[in-house]
Amino acid sequence: MLEASFGKKLWHFDLRVRLKVDSQIVVLQGPSGAGKTTALHCLAGLLQPSYGSIELDGTTLYSSLKGINIPARRRGVGYLFQDYALFPHMTVGQNVMYGFKSQKARTANGRLKPVDLLDAFGVGHLVHRYPGQLSGGEKQRVALVRALATQPKLLLLDEPLSALDSDTRARLRRELKHLQRVWRIPFILVTHDDEDARILGDVIIHLENGRTRQNAAAG
Amino acid sequence: MLEHAVDWHPVLLSLRVALIAVIVVVGLALPLARLFARREFFGKDVLEAAITLPLVLPPSVIGYGLLMLVGKNGVIGQFLDSLGITLVFTWWAAVLASTVVAFPLMYQSAMAAFKSVDVNYEKAARTLGAGETRVFLTVTLPLAWPGILAGLVLSFARALGEFGATLMVAGNIPGQTQTVPLAIYFAVESGDNVTAGRLVAIITVFSFAVVFWVNRWAKRHNRRDGE
Repeated sequence: MLEASFGKKLWHFDLRVRLKVDSQIVVLQGPSGAGKTTALHCLAGLLQPSYGSIELDGTTLYSSLKGINIPARRRGVGYLFQDYALFPHMTVGQNVMYGFKSQKARTANGRLKPVDLLDAFGVGHLVHRYPGQLSGGEKQRVALVRALATQPKLLLLDEPLSALDSDTRARLRRELKHLQRVWRIPFILVTHDDEDARILGDVIIHLENGRTRQNAAAG
Repeated sequence: MLEHAVDWHPVLLSLRVALIAVIVVVGLALPLARLFARREFFGKDVLEAAITLPLVLPPSVIGYGLLMLVGKNGVIGQFLDSLGITLVFTWWAAVLASTVVAFPLMYQSAMAAFKSVDVNYEKAARTLGAGETRVFLTVTLPLAWPGILAGLVLSFARALGEFGATLMVAGNIPGQTQTVPLAIYFAVESGDNVTAGRLVAIITVFSFAVVFWVNRWAKRHNRRDGE
């Protein structure tokens, strides 16, 4: 359960975000420049909001009142970047292990083997390849595995489908929907595409003029 | 003409001076470039211009400036003197001169290299649980490596070839502060073309070998990245 209510002063407007997300897919939709990526960065701890609070599963990640701002590395928030940001100098296997190695809870979470996770996503055979040798769809799956391998309590997806052709796009939409049902953590997905929003979103939130406006659940 | 053995002393001294200078330059320039590459603050432009200055100033100006600072009557020189340390006309002064002229080359290369690294890679590493040191060592540095390597070669070459400032602060004391460029100059001046020619040959072969090896290494490294 994510509860966020924060503001971020940007040079041309004030971004205000109010979110209450259970284990479901929330689509954050709006035109480019509306502050969608900024909102995700604030949730992940990559940017500090100007004021407000962010709570995830009862833990305060950010609170301007209490002076709390947990750094990104300790938030337990997964992030899928728009261009996937797979480390180009590491193999797929090394990319996926990157988050796993830095977790002290490795032994506690030993059940989850990143390589098995790659297999589950149908990209296990790519483990020794470099990102430069992958297709767009393969990159997206590897990036998803890398984010999920850290067992996040929240997954943020920044335009996860924008770089893909329409066939791959339709397939990955279904996969994302299924993935969320399996992992049962909140997904917050940013898009400017109406179709993506309609098909994927349990809740659609419009970001316009720097404010969030919540619509009724789509399905 | 009389046969005489090659005097290796200037060669060994030059290598030692250049090597230490490059180590100091790397230690100072890399953290500074990393800091400046991602941060904006008041006065940064002025500071950057000052850092780059040794690259464009004549070496004699740098030599004069260094003498003013670390000479017997210089601000730093007097302080060192009170500790019983004399810097000028020792080979450490040659290290200092080489460091100052090589610094901007390393700084500029490292700066460009760090800036070329997509910030999203660093952000991704942070969301995967990496602290700033790990982000730097495992993501920023490897991705910036080709540019940093170029900076290493450039600053080493510049340190090895330093002449004007070295002559002014370290002097030309054979066996003590006489580096290869100085030895060549004074050999030619005294008409000893054999010594000059040998030193020229040694330094040319050595420099060629370094550049050749670095280029080959960089090529292999790039291939491994699978780009």
